[in-house]
Amino acid sequence: MTQGATLSDAAPKGRVWDRFPIRTKRVIWAWAFLALPIIFYGWIRFYPTFQAFWISFTDWDILKPAQFVGLENYDKLIHDPAFWKVFRNTFTYLIIGAPVSLVVAFAVAYYLDRVRFMHGFIRALYFLPFLTTAAALAWVWRWIYQPVPIGLINGLLAQFGIPQQAFLKSTTQALPAIMVTAIWAGLGFQVIIFLAGLRAIPQTFYEAARIDGLGEGAILRKITLPLLKPTTVFLVVFSSIGFLRIFDQVYNMTSNDPGGPLGSTKPIVLMIYQTAFSSFDMGYAAAQTVVLFTILLIVSLLQLWVLRSR
Amino acid sequence: MRNRFMLAGLAAGISLLTLGAAQAVEIEYWQYAYDTRVAAMDQLIANFEAANPDITVKQTTFPYDDYQTRVIAAKAAGQGPDVLQLFYGWLDKFQSGGVLQPLSTTAFPHDQIEADFFPIVTAMKRGDDYYGLPTAVRSLALFYNKKLFEEAGLDPAKPPQTLDELVAAAVATAKHDDAGNLISEGITLDMAGQDHQWWREVLTRQFGGVPYSDDYRTVTYGEKGGVEALKFYTDLQTEQKVGQTGFMDEGQAAFRGGMAAMTIDGTFRLGSFRTIDQFEWGVTELPANADGLRSNYASYFANGIGSSAQGEELAAAEKFLAYVSSPEAMQIWLEVVGELPARKEAALTDTNLADPVLAPFLKALDYAQTTQFVDEAGQRQVAIDMANRVLLEGQSPADSVAEAAAAEQAIIDDATK
Repeated sequence: MTQGATLSDAAPKGRVWDRFPIRTKRVIWAWAFLALPIIFYGWIRFYPTFQAFWISFTDWDILKPAQFVGLENYDKLIHDPAFWKVFRNTFTYLIIGAPVSLVVAFAVAYYLDRVRFMHGFIRALYFLPFLTTAAALAWVWRWIYQPVPIGLINGLLAQFGIPQQAFLKSTTQALPAIMVTAIWAGLGFQVIIFLAGLRAIPQTFYEAARIDGLGEGAILRKITLPLLKPTTVFLVVFSSIGFLRIFDQVYNMTSNDPGGPLGSTKPIVLMIYQTAFSSFDMGYAAAQTVVLFTILLIVSLLQLWVLRSR
Repeated sequence: MRNRFMLAGLAAGISLLTLGAAQAVEIEYWQYAYDTRVAAMDQLIANFEAANPDITVKQTTFPYDDYQTRVIAAKAAGQGPDVLQLFYGWLDKFQSGGVLQPLSTTAFPHDQIEADFFPIVTAMKRGDDYYGLPTAVRSLALFYNKKLFEEAGLDPAKPPQTLDELVAAAVATAKHDDAGNLISEGITLDMAGQDHQWWREVLTRQFGGVPYSDDYRTVTYGEKGGVEALKFYTDLQTEQKVGQTGFMDEGQAAFRGGMAAMTIDGTFRLGSFRTIDQFEWGVTELPANADGLRSNYASYFANGIGSSAQGEELAAAEKFLAYVSSPEAMQIWLEVVGELPARKEAALTDTNLADPVLAPFLKALDYAQTTQFVDEAGQRQVAIDMANRVLLEGQSPADSVAEAAAAEQAIIDDATK
């Protein structure tokens, strides 16, 4: 906008500006309008990103001026067993969470697509958790997982004489327990996207296949899945990033011992949060952020490459 | 920048002109959000403003989890409060970070502070300066549910006085279902609550050790006492099966819900427990060991003056700080929040000493310890993990304590290097 204004102000009317063809004028106006969001976005997004890279080479603790310490933070990171633990946790969330959620979401969408009876209502039921605040969901699930006498699942188990499970208080069950919640919370969104993808496949393909005598399994393999690929690529990338950045569920479900017993559920984002906002070790937290950024970048590029259309 | 100077000049000019009129100073007070504390402070502010019509105090609160972050972020942005509340254990961080300014010796003479307050006030001193004054101090005690005691055939007038009696009472009151699941605790086990203080400053000493060197810079619970203390603690869950970490989510919730016969908690819980109407509860001193040795952990939130307060705001802040640490304010704080007055004359009154609820806490101030934390959350996490390694992973108490001692020493060394 400012560019447009200066251009028209700089030259007397009817000289330079009027000499531009209408095409050029349009381009100038378009760029003038585009510049605003680009500058704004660059300022709130890219500038802090580069700033984070810089902070990761310092010992900034908010209160005292930052000192350049070189690679010290990264060195500390490599030798920190707590970091490798959250690294493993984060990848467990990703490697199990993302495929399981996609398979479940596809199965739900595939069968829901064939249901006519109360289709809208069932779809709404699946989508509802996605609309609810993650923190509220997490607190409800936290209650569901409690030991007797207040926990829902353990209450049921106890009625059938089955020993109660520790769930969130266990070093082995806590992470799967949280993962189930996270998968369930994100399911509705994935189902809706898959449904849209399924609807976009022309019916004529199916009709032709049936006339040729293909079975349901073959139709699924040869028509549905290949044509659903753009949808799948989008959801794989989207849910992978979601699982790599998991935080709300973990933080809210284990807030009295953040990150679960002995850090068994702690993802990298929670470690960053704690390093930054309870230890105020901003340099170290920034180094962790840079690592997370790199992982996200690599995983996303890798997935796009693997699932690229040939 | 230049404009700001001009504005300041203009403002100064205007304020000179209006010198005759009453000068309204607004100061900002920060504390964390906790219903009874906010209510008590509202009352103190109302009293203070009535006595000082030219000063208004604006109270701002933040959730406890965010509080330190807010203070530090505000300091970084140059917009800190004039008077703020801080946990004594945060002082190192706040003082070295320049969040606080030292109290002037004219407004707050040292000899008076040291004569009037309980000795734990010295935890607010760094070098030759005091950086804050407490309104109230807190200590721990054993809360017990009289109804559950009666049901178990125990005398509700005779709560346990030794560790052996504690275990016996817990065994008598704990309830299990047919499958062996605990459905009502004998005693709550919650390291994330106050149990880590009980283990650190009380049990470790009662089992013959000392948790730290005198300057709190060397961890010594690994040498003696700590292992036996941890074993005593974890045995309550694994051997006697009278408590379970995470039962009803938090220890205080279990006690409040009438699902735990005993819990160890602090004075700050009184306000919340006083609203219980399903059962009667009592308070007693933390149990002694077989030799009669008692210990306790005392702590406090103090109020300090923010480094940005200057000129008339500083004068108003000093007035306000003096008021909130006055005997009158302490009495209000005691009535509303339930925390003990930090001045001896206000605390050790005949009425307070005869009060069955307050007396056990007050007696504890005589023999209480005040741990000097460098990173309260980090050091607490060490204790939580230590208990979890034994309870969840079956590690031996000796190995777990050794690991905890090394981890905590690393935190201390890192903070004091």
